[in-house]
Amino acid sequence: MLSTKYTEKTKLTKDEIDRKWWEVGDYFRRNSLWLLMYCTGCCAIELPPSMTSAYDMERLGMGPMATPRQADILLVSGYLSLKTLRRLIYTYEQMSEPKYVVGLGSCPINGGIYHDLHAVINQLDQYIPVDVYVAGCMPNPESVLNGFVDLMEGIKNKTANGWKKYRDNNEWYKQNQKDALGEVIIHDEFHE
Amino acid sequence: MILNILIGIGIALFGFVLQTSIGGINRKIVGRMQKRQGPRWYQEFIDIFKLLSKRSVSHGWIFDFGVIMALGGIIATAMFMPLTNNFLAFENYDNFFIFVYLLAVGMLGMAMSASGSGNPWASIGVMRALTTMLAYEIPFLIVVLTIIKLTGKSSLTEIMLYQQATGNNWFLIALPIGGIVGFIALMGMLGKKPFETYIAPAEIASGPMVEYGGKQLGMLFIMHEITVFIEVSLFVHLFLGGASNIFEFLLKYFTVYTLANLISNVNGRFKIDQVVKFFYKWPLLMAVTQAVIAIYFGWVI
Repeated sequence: MLSTKYTEKTKLTKDEIDRKWWEVGDYFRRNSLWLLMYCTGCCAIELPPSMTSAYDMERLGMGPMATPRQADILLVSGYLSLKTLRRLIYTYEQMSEPKYVVGLGSCPINGGIYHDLHAVINQLDQYIPVDVYVAGCMPNPESVLNGFVDLMEGIKNKTANGWKKYRDNNEWYKQNQKDALGEVIIHDEFHE
Repeated sequence: MILNILIGIGIALFGFVLQTSIGGINRKIVGRMQKRQGPRWYQEFIDIFKLLSKRSVSHGWIFDFGVIMALGGIIATAMFMPLTNNFLAFENYDNFFIFVYLLAVGMLGMAMSASGSGNPWASIGVMRALTTMLAYEIPFLIVVLTIIKLTGKSSLTEIMLYQQATGNNWFLIALPIGGIVGFIALMGMLGKKPFETYIAPAEIASGPMVEYGGKQLGMLFIMHEITVFIEVSLFVHLFLGGASNIFEFLLKYFTVYTLANLISNVNGRFKIDQVVKFFYKWPLLMAVTQAVIAIYFGWVI
């Protein structure tokens, strides 16, 4: 039973207040995930059915967006050649934080059927942090949506923190990118 | 004076909440039209608060300042909007031309900010938005000037009261051709589908909004909702006889916005030259015909 005596309220520290606000933000972030689809491979064909009336992604508050600045999720569907990897890194770095990466199909996990091709990277995780993988070749729309629900759970449990990893271990990621691509320079043609 | 300003800000806030809810309900309606479940009705609120909770980059101070100018200009415009016959913040300041002038502040703020981002898609989007504006404003203004000539007043409240007086009809019925032109121009103002040329997500990557993300995009969303509130309310007051109480206003507002949205969802997108040609062909011709009929022949139902 609660005591009726006056007890002084325990004051929250600044960290705790920040954490509470972050949790409030997490509610909004996990219920409104906007996708930027980076459709390089055949898995992109599974996205139209998961967006339209059959599986209806919009009921989870998700939808496609036009530019990396507006998007929350970078959806990598398919294999990545060295040429597309460079563009993928540009795109990922343009997105505003918090940002999440979903790898679709088996190609971003271990190379899939392209694992021994000279121009294709095998593990996406070496270059940018991936929060959720949806395995399968190709995964059907149910598993695609299941992957997004997993991402929502991850945001709720604070396990989907790839963007923090990318900031903390930036040198490691940059080194891997350089090893694969030789040089990663983002050309800013407007200000040059 | 302070009370008036507070009421004005209240109207802007009311407009934001109203339009965001109705926008969400409309997303649900469109979902049901396409045999989908559709998002929750408060999804638009979640989207806006999420955007405000994200971190964002800046592209220089013009980019940031333009967003604030756009939001401020639109809130300032919404403050003058009458909701019903006798509910408005600033008595005698609800002239139609005040809205025409003040809306431009918000639009120019957005244009300035988008150009400040330095992205070519943004410049193309701004150019298209201004071209569309030139296209729809001429037929719309001819119809509104006809209304002003008939009533002899340019204040929104007076126009509302004129339509509600016994013996007079709503201008949608009294000037049927002009009413159609007004609705088509409203579709252009709202950027709905046939005239969605300046947003065009698949073509020019959402046009002026291409470089926005996070907080700036959230503020632009708020600005967009209040702009839609102003434009649809203008149509309700000018053509649908305004409203004598708030429920009537809500009903008319919902009907007009939902109708525009439904028409939008069964249409494709015009190219920019098609938009200009369309507006300068049929709506302009209809507007001039309506003006001649109403003013020189005096045939008003």
